[in-house]
Amino acid sequence: MSTSHDRLPRLLSLVPYLIARPGIPVTEAAADFGVTPRQLRKDLELLWMCGLPGYGPGDLIDLSFEGETITVTYDAGMNRPLRLTGAEATALLVALRALLATPGLADTDAVARAIAKIEAAAGQAEPAGVAVALSAAEAKRTVETRTLVQQAVADGRALRMTYYTASKDEITERTVDPMRVVIVAGRSYLEAWCRRAEGVRMFRMDRIDDVTVLDEPAAPPPTARPTDLSGGLFQPAPDQQEAVLVLDPDARWVAEYYPVTELDELDRGRLRVAMRYADTSWMVRLLLGLGGDVVVEQPAELATRLRARAAEALSRARHLTVT
Amino acid sequence: MSVARAERLVNLVLCLLSTRQYLTAERIRGIVPGYADAPSDDAFFRTFERDKTELRELGVPLEVGRNSAFDAIDGYRIARRDYELGDISLEPDETTAVALAVRLWDSPELTGAAHGALLKLRAAGIDVDQQAPTVVESKVRTSEPAFGPLLAAVQARQAVSFDYRRPSPTELRTRTIEPWGVVSWKGRWYVVGHDRDRKAPRCFRLSRVVGDVRAIGRTEAFERPTGINLLDFVASTGGEPPARSTATLWVARNRAAGLRRRAKVIGQRVVDGVEGDDVQLDLGYPDSAVSWIAGFGPDVLVIEPDVLRKAVLERLLAIAGEVAVP
Repeated sequence: MSTSHDRLPRLLSLVPYLIARPGIPVTEAAADFGVTPRQLRKDLELLWMCGLPGYGPGDLIDLSFEGETITVTYDAGMNRPLRLTGAEATALLVALRALLATPGLADTDAVARAIAKIEAAAGQAEPAGVAVALSAAEAKRTVETRTLVQQAVADGRALRMTYYTASKDEITERTVDPMRVVIVAGRSYLEAWCRRAEGVRMFRMDRIDDVTVLDEPAAPPPTARPTDLSGGLFQPAPDQQEAVLVLDPDARWVAEYYPVTELDELDRGRLRVAMRYADTSWMVRLLLGLGGDVVVEQPAELATRLRARAAEALSRARHLTVT
Repeated sequence: MSVARAERLVNLVLCLLSTRQYLTAERIRGIVPGYADAPSDDAFFRTFERDKTELRELGVPLEVGRNSAFDAIDGYRIARRDYELGDISLEPDETTAVALAVRLWDSPELTGAAHGALLKLRAAGIDVDQQAPTVVESKVRTSEPAFGPLLAAVQARQAVSFDYRRPSPTELRTRTIEPWGVVSWKGRWYVVGHDRDRKAPRCFRLSRVVGDVRAIGRTEAFERPTGINLLDFVASTGGEPPARSTATLWVARNRAAGLRRRAKVIGQRVVDGVEGDDVQLDLGYPDSAVSWIAGFGPDVLVIEPDVLRKAVLERLLAIAGEVAVP
């Protein structure tokens, strides 16, 4: 992760960092700066050539190496790090404020103290201009579920829960071994080993209808790995099908809500997209709800099934005698 | 960055930190190792300008001024009190919070800046264990291409213009705003600012920005209003508060689990030979309730209110290709 652009900030931080930790092993310092020990040694060799005007032996930064450890013996006046830039203070403080505003995420008292101290030390850093609500979509009930689940994760206890699977429109009882709680894109999830599915699953907190903390310990198998979230929560799976849809302006929100590939911008504000889906019954429910605002171009079976389902609904509705 | 350049810049910082006098470019050329190598005046000034820009971009506060009224040209120095991070020490639970905060970002712009801050806190003697396991992992992504330019404009207080697509009624038009801030609300990013054409504060969803964000005019062109809470602003423009109403529906036996989990059964009824339950439930947003109910097709029928019943039937009719509204 070391690029030449990072080097000057690192060089300016290195001397004060070492002053605060006399005799620190090279490997440990390198890990803290996210560089190889070899790169760190190169940095130290460079700093050794720097110092104050005069640039005699007594003016240059002096370091002493003992075995694999380093100590600063002369700092040439560079004993404190550079203040935070506006962007750095923003990135840190906005994240802290987001943690503070989300119940149960972190020790809020500690977060508030950290914010106050960093604001004081950052001094004249610019006001933020960035704000983040981590879980604004959460209802009170969901926050209660999350709080309970978080405690189970912290205590390492298995859970028994009633869970609604939206893709299949079914409610199931499951016993799971919690791994962690994840908050992404305004929603919270429990990531756990599901004993029923025998795999790692993400459970949306607002779809957990009932949950009991069990006495038995959480024991995900050693092979259970947390999901890599760097590409977002929805990742294309090989067994998914793909539909080509034309969205009317009133249905364009679909392209913002679900991961789709935008194909063509059409007249009258319509949009042609390709959308992947794992479960046909889920896709039919979505499309039925969109009514005439969407046209299914492909696959033909999906369009047929959709029309049949709508016709069936209309026919049944005619038999409903409203009193 | 070449070794020579890195060395020259570190020496320049140390030199300007150690002086109380403003040093002119010529003095600096004579003192700081590396500048003497410049083959001409022109080459020296070009290099020196580049170095100053680099330091300023890193946040090094270069002061420009003259030692006395008799000095003909400006000199440079760095005031230590402006350069140095203030004293700070964090308790272990506070560093845990910082580690969690740094991990929050999944963003090209903000991840780097948060790590930069972390580096400086470490240099101030604070030990932050970034690998410490946590119960909750939260991530905030900024995948919209407009995010970077808009954040930069917010921080530089520079106006921007961009093409913005409103879905309904469909409209693609150029907006020019003075951006006050970017906001993540319910998992989406918005920019809030003063709309120059509408002459009023507005918020825009980043995913609806089409094409490039263009910076307009000079930086520090406007003041950000102090009394505004960006999150509240987005939350209050995010949609009208839901009008809640109670609906009575028929649900086929053992079907529509997603609807049943929110409903209360009030009776039984057979419709066209299919057994089912009459249920009651509270509905929030009327329009999304229509989509949701229509999605269940023949498994859910609306009994009342009539306006909901007709709206659901409209959707189904549009798909089935029928025209008559019963």
